[in-house]
Amino acid sequence: MSAPLLSIEGVSVELPTPRGLLRAVDGVDLRLEPGQTLGVVGESGCGKTMLSRAILQLLPKRAKLTGRVMFAGRDLARLPREALRKLRGPELAVVFQDPMTSLNPVLTIGTQIVETLQVHLGMSGVAATRRGAELLAAVGIPAPEQRLRQYPNQLSGGMRQRVAIAIALSCEPKLLIADEPTTALDVTVQAQILDLLAREQQRRHMAMILITHDLGVVAGRTDEVAVMYAGRVVERAPTRRLFARMRMPYTGALLAAIPRLDTPPHTPLPAIAGRPPDPTRPLPGCSFAPRCGRADVHCHESKPPLADPERAGSLYACWHPL
Amino acid sequence: MAASKGDRRLGMLFVCAAAWIVLIGAAAIFADLLPLHSPNDMDFLGKRALPDAEHWLGNDQLGRDMLSRLIYGARISLSVGLLAPIIGVTVGGCLGMLAGYFRGPLETITVGGIDVLLAFPPLVFALALTTYLGQSVLNLTLVIGILGIPAFTRVARAVTLSLAQREFVTAARALGATHARILLREILPNVALPLTAFFLLGVAVTIVVEGALSFLGLGVPPPAPSWGSMIGEGRESLDLAPWLAFLPAGVMFLTVLAFNVVGDSLRALTDPRPGAL
Repeated sequence: MSAPLLSIEGVSVELPTPRGLLRAVDGVDLRLEPGQTLGVVGESGCGKTMLSRAILQLLPKRAKLTGRVMFAGRDLARLPREALRKLRGPELAVVFQDPMTSLNPVLTIGTQIVETLQVHLGMSGVAATRRGAELLAAVGIPAPEQRLRQYPNQLSGGMRQRVAIAIALSCEPKLLIADEPTTALDVTVQAQILDLLAREQQRRHMAMILITHDLGVVAGRTDEVAVMYAGRVVERAPTRRLFARMRMPYTGALLAAIPRLDTPPHTPLPAIAGRPPDPTRPLPGCSFAPRCGRADVHCHESKPPLADPERAGSLYACWHPL
Repeated sequence: MAASKGDRRLGMLFVCAAAWIVLIGAAAIFADLLPLHSPNDMDFLGKRALPDAEHWLGNDQLGRDMLSRLIYGARISLSVGLLAPIIGVTVGGCLGMLAGYFRGPLETITVGGIDVLLAFPPLVFALALTTYLGQSVLNLTLVIGILGIPAFTRVARAVTLSLAQREFVTAARALGATHARILLREILPNVALPLTAFFLLGVAVTIVVEGALSFLGLGVPPPAPSWGSMIGEGRESLDLAPWLAFLPAGVMFLTVLAFNVVGDSLRALTDPRPGAL
């Protein structure tokens, strides 16, 4: 096995809030090989976005990060600011959830792409403009030369997300973090954007972290999946194995909550009862226990470790796996 | 397409306002080339003369040509009116953006400084500075400019505060942009729109303030004409020749209105954010 491109070791993120210390990410370990795709799945507020910000070192000023974020042999959390800045763009890039807000509304698409190229790759204006048009064409935008002169509000949501992807890809990053790249988009556009990401990833041999709340999104497009709940990774397995055999009841409940085409109309959707625990008041036992059908006294009292007791390559944190 | 869009959005009011500003501005710039009487030559036989072929708008109480004084007055009123807000927008804009972006102690100091400046009675400040530095157009501009800094700082800071939270700023940082780049390329173009609108409003306010100061005798030293001092001098013969005060007042009113109209229209037109559509 080659050295991992990204290795997250015991990363926790704590945010001070008026109600006490909020532990958004709680002791997460992840590894990502070059060219691989990791899916991070979880519901809103489970810490997946904070985890992505921790990797990029774009946490809010008051947030406290512990643990190590090793990227290509360097610990990002301890890297000097200038070195970190140089890493962003050519090595690390990100696509955000909402393309309505991730592009500057008062600059043309062209300005935003061309300046990125000029700053990072030292291209001349003409070369950068030509490259910008190529990038737009590569992400499937017709008539790229004209699009370069337009403002973000003249494009549709899907087009804007394509532009955001083009900007993120412009410096050929080694790792792309896609933070819910399709959540703000129309369902019909979602698949196109995901296919685009997968295609560009393969072409560039780029590693990708795909963050989503939709198990369906990660199913066909990732090598490994990490399921997060209340700041912790509760199950981690190669994608095929995960969908073949889920061990953590939470993952099972997430899958069951996806509507199916073959169920008759008006069938109630099996939602997960209750709500995630208050992140400022950590539970002594398993975080999912209050909502879990299989929980017993043991689950409420002690926290299950993320482990692979069967040595089958699938890690889960549960006392009573499925 | 741009032309039809412009027509639909701008309308007659904008065209009239812009034309008025151009007219006044051109007259002020080219005053020396125009076939005008000297603004300071007195004709004691023609005191408060009514308009005739020689003096289109009549003479003032010292027999000086009103048209010529209005145009030379525009020179001073407009240059003070433009320069003072430029001082405000430059200093205030920079301070506000830095304070709103970096937050922390810098913001505390800036906001504190602004509050001190705001708490200072403006008229006393103007009096103190003009007595100390002497009465001149430059000092008048400086005084009004400094007094305008707090407002611009507040606008710039408020806009920057909300912008700094937006995702495109995070996205720029994620692409390795330096602070300077984020401030200049991401935030400044967004702050520029509200600041420009506010700047034009500032021009209008400054012309009025300059008028008020000149009226009080704190403005431009005589005999140089400015609209405010003309109103002040005209006040003495309000019963005999009311137009001596009303003419400069009317010109000032139209100019201020024109700047406000243009500022408003430009803001609506140049704002490409979806909310403005």
